[in-house]
Amino acid sequence: MNVSPSAAGNTVAKRHIAPIIGVLAVQGDFAEHIRMLESLGVEGREVRLPADLDGVSGLVLPGGESTAMRKLLHRWDLVKPIKALAKRGAPILGTCAGAILLATKIADGDEPVLSLLDVEVRRNAFGRQLESFETSLVMEGLGNEGRSRTIQAVFIRAPEIVKVGPSARAVATLEDGRIVAARQGRILGIAFHPEITGETGVHRWLVAEATAALG
Amino acid sequence: MPAPKRAKTSTWATKSGLAQMLKGGVIMDVVNPAEAKIAEEAGAVAVMALERVPSDIRRDGGVARMSDPDMIKGIQAAVSIPVMAKARIGHESEARILEALDVDYIDESEVLTPADDRYHLNKHDFKVPFVCGCKDLGEALRRINEGAAMMRTKGEAGTGNIVEAVRHIRTVSEEIAALKGQSEKRLRAAAKEMRVPYELVKLTVKAGRLPVVNFVAGGIATPADAALSMWLGADGVFVGSGIFKAKKPAKTAAAIVQATTHWKNAAILAEVSAGLGEAMKGIEMRTIPEGERLSKRGW
Repeated sequence: MNVSPSAAGNTVAKRHIAPIIGVLAVQGDFAEHIRMLESLGVEGREVRLPADLDGVSGLVLPGGESTAMRKLLHRWDLVKPIKALAKRGAPILGTCAGAILLATKIADGDEPVLSLLDVEVRRNAFGRQLESFETSLVMEGLGNEGRSRTIQAVFIRAPEIVKVGPSARAVATLEDGRIVAARQGRILGIAFHPEITGETGVHRWLVAEATAALG
Repeated sequence: MPAPKRAKTSTWATKSGLAQMLKGGVIMDVVNPAEAKIAEEAGAVAVMALERVPSDIRRDGGVARMSDPDMIKGIQAAVSIPVMAKARIGHESEARILEALDVDYIDESEVLTPADDRYHLNKHDFKVPFVCGCKDLGEALRRINEGAAMMRTKGEAGTGNIVEAVRHIRTVSEEIAALKGQSEKRLRAAAKEMRVPYELVKLTVKAGRLPVVNFVAGGIATPADAALSMWLGADGVFVGSGIFKAKKPAKTAAAIVQATTHWKNAAILAEVSAGLGEAMKGIEMRTIPEGERLSKRGW
């Protein structure tokens, strides 16, 4: 076969730099996240069982009902393999319910699920559906070279990050100072939904981190 | 603490967005706080608070109305998942009461006795989002045009018989597919027939699906019924009488949740379908006179 060394090299390199991002698909708006990833030219894969995590180099925990997602994660033994994925350095993005799953502490009693992000969250912190809202906010790490950028954010029966532990850092707050996003290394938890406003910055961050983690 | 002062509430994104968060999930009818807790424990994404499940409404007859506010409040206090409640078709005041109760979604529902035989509510006028029933594309688009932020195909509530639910979701899908690739003239004619704006038809045909989240409802009684609904393109399922009229409600509820997530995985469906005991009895469609079919309500 007459394949030039450089062309063959490119193929290998390309396979190397195109990560597959898993999207937890037990419940919630996982299809919107997969669409976002596809719009960035990245394969998003639905994750319902541990075997679906094979070969993924990043993970999204979507919006949904955290109580339902929690039960499905435990029922199908997904907690351990997701923690192992994080330990290997894969980035994980949790939006809304996903951020609740990531937290080390949940206010008012519920047991934490993944305990990967050193924050305390409060579920439904703003109230019921009539207090769901849209606003603009400044988020760190989305602009050029990781600078802050103003984005439009939708909060739906959203959680609030009521406390950020020493290992994590707040990266977005509301006008009144309430914290709505926090990051710890390659783990990012946000209380709103970039996947339904078409704000691609957060997913770009995830893909860049996954690519970096692949080496 | 409520939303920040300068934020915008009750926008289309927040209304339709909540439905998006419910996708891949099961919404269960409950009549008291104890049932609501069983539903939440089983993994329901929301509960529908009502006084009688549809099969009892069917059995008892009479006029079915909005539930007692105290009952709805009791359920809101019992669970942390969204709580929906039903208002009669066209009953502005029932809907305003439910909005004042801070329910998360109102179902303008044919399961209750209609209050208006000509008009549905103008749902754009409300802060709270609405879900409505449909049995074909025209009905779905009329409701969306009136402001419904979520749809459900009607099926025939309270029968434990999936056949009408299948007919309705398939009808919606086939009617959208039939308009694909058609000329603007044809789409305008279809819009006129369906009594909805051309832009809404165009948007729907382009997306190849309804422009809002669409669940299947009415007759789901087993995990396999839920999986079939997902197979036919549902975004999630409503289960009414199918859970608390079953022999083992908690186990049936959990199994239906699992089946809705793993609808493509027959081995898991086999596992969760086992040992549930008797499902609700169910009614053969031809024994229900046309005039007693709930799905016929809605215009």
